[in-house]
Amino acid sequence: MTGDAVIHAVNLTRHYRIKTRPLAAPAIVKALNEASFDLYPGQTLAVVGESGCGKSTLARVLTMIEPPTSGQLTINGQRVELKEGEPPPKDLRREVQIIFQNPYGSLNPRKTVTAMLEEPLKLNRPELSAEQRRQAALDMIERVGLRPEHADRYPHMFSGGQRQRIAIARALMLNPKILVLDEPVSALDLSIQAQILNLLADLQDEFGLAYVFISHDLSVVRRIADDVIVMYFGQPVETGPASEVFTQPRHPYTQALFSATPVADPTRRKERVRLKGEPPSPLSPPPGCPFAPRCFKATEECIQGDPPLESVNPQVKVACIHVEKAAV
Amino acid sequence: MALLEIEGLDVRFRTTNGLFPAVEDANLSVDKGEVLAIVGESGSGKSVSMLATMGLLPWTAEVSADKMAFDGQDLRQLTSRQRRKIVGGEMSMIFQEPMSSLNPCFTVGTQIDEMLRQHLGGSRKERKERALDLLAQVGIPDPKKRIGAYPHQLSGGMSQRVMIAMAISCNPRLLIADEPTTALDVTIQAQILDLLLELQQDTGMALILITHDMGVVAETAQQVIVQYAGRQVERQEVKALFAHPRHPYTEALLSALPERAGDQARLPTIPGVVPGQLNRPSGCLFNPRCRYATEHCRQVEPKALADDPARTLCHYPL
Ligand SMILES: Nc1ncnc2c1ncn2[C@@H]1O[C@H](COP(=O)(O)OP(=O)(O)OP(=O)(O)O)[C@@H](O)[C@H]1O
Ligand SMILES: Nc1ncnc2c1ncn2[C@@H]1O[C@H](COP(=O)(O)OP(=O)(O)OP(=O)(O)O)[C@@H](O)[C@H]1O
Ligand SMILES: [Mg+2]
Ligand SMILES: [Mg+2]
Repeated sequence: MTGDAVIHAVNLTRHYRIKTRPLAAPAIVKALNEASFDLYPGQTLAVVGESGCGKSTLARVLTMIEPPTSGQLTINGQRVELKEGEPPPKDLRREVQIIFQNPYGSLNPRKTVTAMLEEPLKLNRPELSAEQRRQAALDMIERVGLRPEHADRYPHMFSGGQRQRIAIARALMLNPKILVLDEPVSALDLSIQAQILNLLADLQDEFGLAYVFISHDLSVVRRIADDVIVMYFGQPVETGPASEVFTQPRHPYTQALFSATPVADPTRRKERVRLKGEPPSPLSPPPGCPFAPRCFKATEECIQGDPPLESVNPQVKVACIHVEKAAV
Repeated sequence: MALLEIEGLDVRFRTTNGLFPAVEDANLSVDKGEVLAIVGESGSGKSVSMLATMGLLPWTAEVSADKMAFDGQDLRQLTSRQRRKIVGGEMSMIFQEPMSSLNPCFTVGTQIDEMLRQHLGGSRKERKERALDLLAQVGIPDPKKRIGAYPHQLSGGMSQRVMIAMAISCNPRLLIADEPTTALDVTIQAQILDLLLELQQDTGMALILITHDMGVVAETAQQVIVQYAGRQVERQEVKALFAHPRHPYTEALLSALPERAGDQARLPTIPGVVPGQLNRPSGCLFNPRCRYATEHCRQVEPKALADDPARTLCHYPL
């Protein structure tokens, strides 16, 4: 890998306090636990895992919408020190943009496309004239594959895929280095999904963008990710290069996840590794390894302690006592 | 006689720009225990055709059909009272938008209970037990606690599962599932699909599955209908469809699958967009985007051939 990491994350953790009953002490939901990774320009890191495992929480921490409860976040070489409820420094905020899952709900229905695209410029680049802003918006419209006549239309006049293009265009207006994409294609149909994935690949080549790509569609992840983090119950359980993790998933949860993914080939209907039981409740976490109650490899030992993420080779890390680790 | 039979279904919406044909000449028949998938581009009329079948479209919709029968009963002739008895009971639907289909003012338990009371009866205690049972079946952790939750207290995936629980609560003979698993991750999706297939196998429930996930189609469906711009462009048995799509649209759709693209740098896409109300092309509706289109396709609307079991809507089936 060349150049410096655009994101350097060490043990990022985010807990929420929630009140379950009046008067009772607030319970703590450990939404994200000790996520660490480096992300380089032009690279894509995919985050996969079960619903509620903390993917969006990670996205909110990375985009500085929320501060981590503990851990360190360095963006573009600059350490982020964020206080609860305080806006992040403008210059850093500009570097990281987020695209939300729902292309229907995330655009303001009362604003035309250009008005939406010009808005971030108005706030962050006051030196630009109205004319320059409009030109920048028109350039971006073309860049994401929309047509000039779309400029003055409203969101409801666009299809899901076109709206997602608008959302991407808006995110790119301030020339960010990093895009966090929270399930960007899961609401779209196949041909539109393909258009968006091609567009993301083009933009990455052109601008050297780094992507954090959150998805539960493994066929998509396999196609675009350089590195993968598999999360379960708020914590990374397997990390490594996508090529490695996909050809040889090691953590039992990763294996179950891969085998639950339907294959678009009716001649290959397969038996799945069934996960028994249900995802644990964040309000009453199970003892030891959080995956143990559903794991087909679980033994007595597994409930003794939460297994740390350990290297199995120089690139892959796994949090499971039943996976052979590299000799130290 | 098939369980559900629909012939020549048309749905037009009255809009400020005149009538918009959302569904044209839809035909479908589903037998007891059969799993039929409907796939196709966003806006191709998948949801609308099924909502028309259930009688759930708004008043701006004009629905007409040559035949529309559930278990021999003509659905076009039902009084609203008869319809209420069938819809939600023997014939039920999982709606595409779980968040907006649950009533925000009532707890999950109350909403399930209301369904059960209307269609199945039973004592309060029995109904409560059935409700808890259903929530557990769809994989909601801690059903005892969640039964008192309001919809806004649930995640997207959970509301979707509550909707599924409600839809299967009265042992339907036909379940229409409109994108039932989009907000769910793959392990829960697998669990839900297994549950639906179990019901299909054990009780002979027929299942109509609307989805854009071709993996789900491949793993669950027997028959597949492909729709484009309000029209059914082909219908085939699932293996045949994946192996030999007959309509160019189906072929293009399947080639956009990431797993089919292999190491190609770019995923194949379908150029252009689906025609809207104001730019419907003459001839074949797919012709502006079709790589095989000829002058003939631009002029003359294709008709399915009588001897083509796939009823391919194309002048030159593949
Ligand atoms: N503001 C909050 N207050 C309390 N708990 C929260 C809050 N936000 C998230 N959580 C909890 O943190 C956990 C992780 O949530 P998160 O939204 O990150 O999941 P996710 O992986 O994005 O799931 P999905 O795939 O369903 O979007 C969940 O148990 C959720 O209920
Ligand atoms: N109430 C309505 N009034 C006018 N037009 C409508 C109405 N409801 C749906 N339509 C139109 O009918 C067409 C078919 O819509 P439908 O919801 O059936 O699409 P779909 O195939 O289910 O798409 P998706 O995959 O996005 O759910 C669309 O063009 C839609 O805009
Ligand atoms: Mg999320
Ligand atoms: Mg629909």
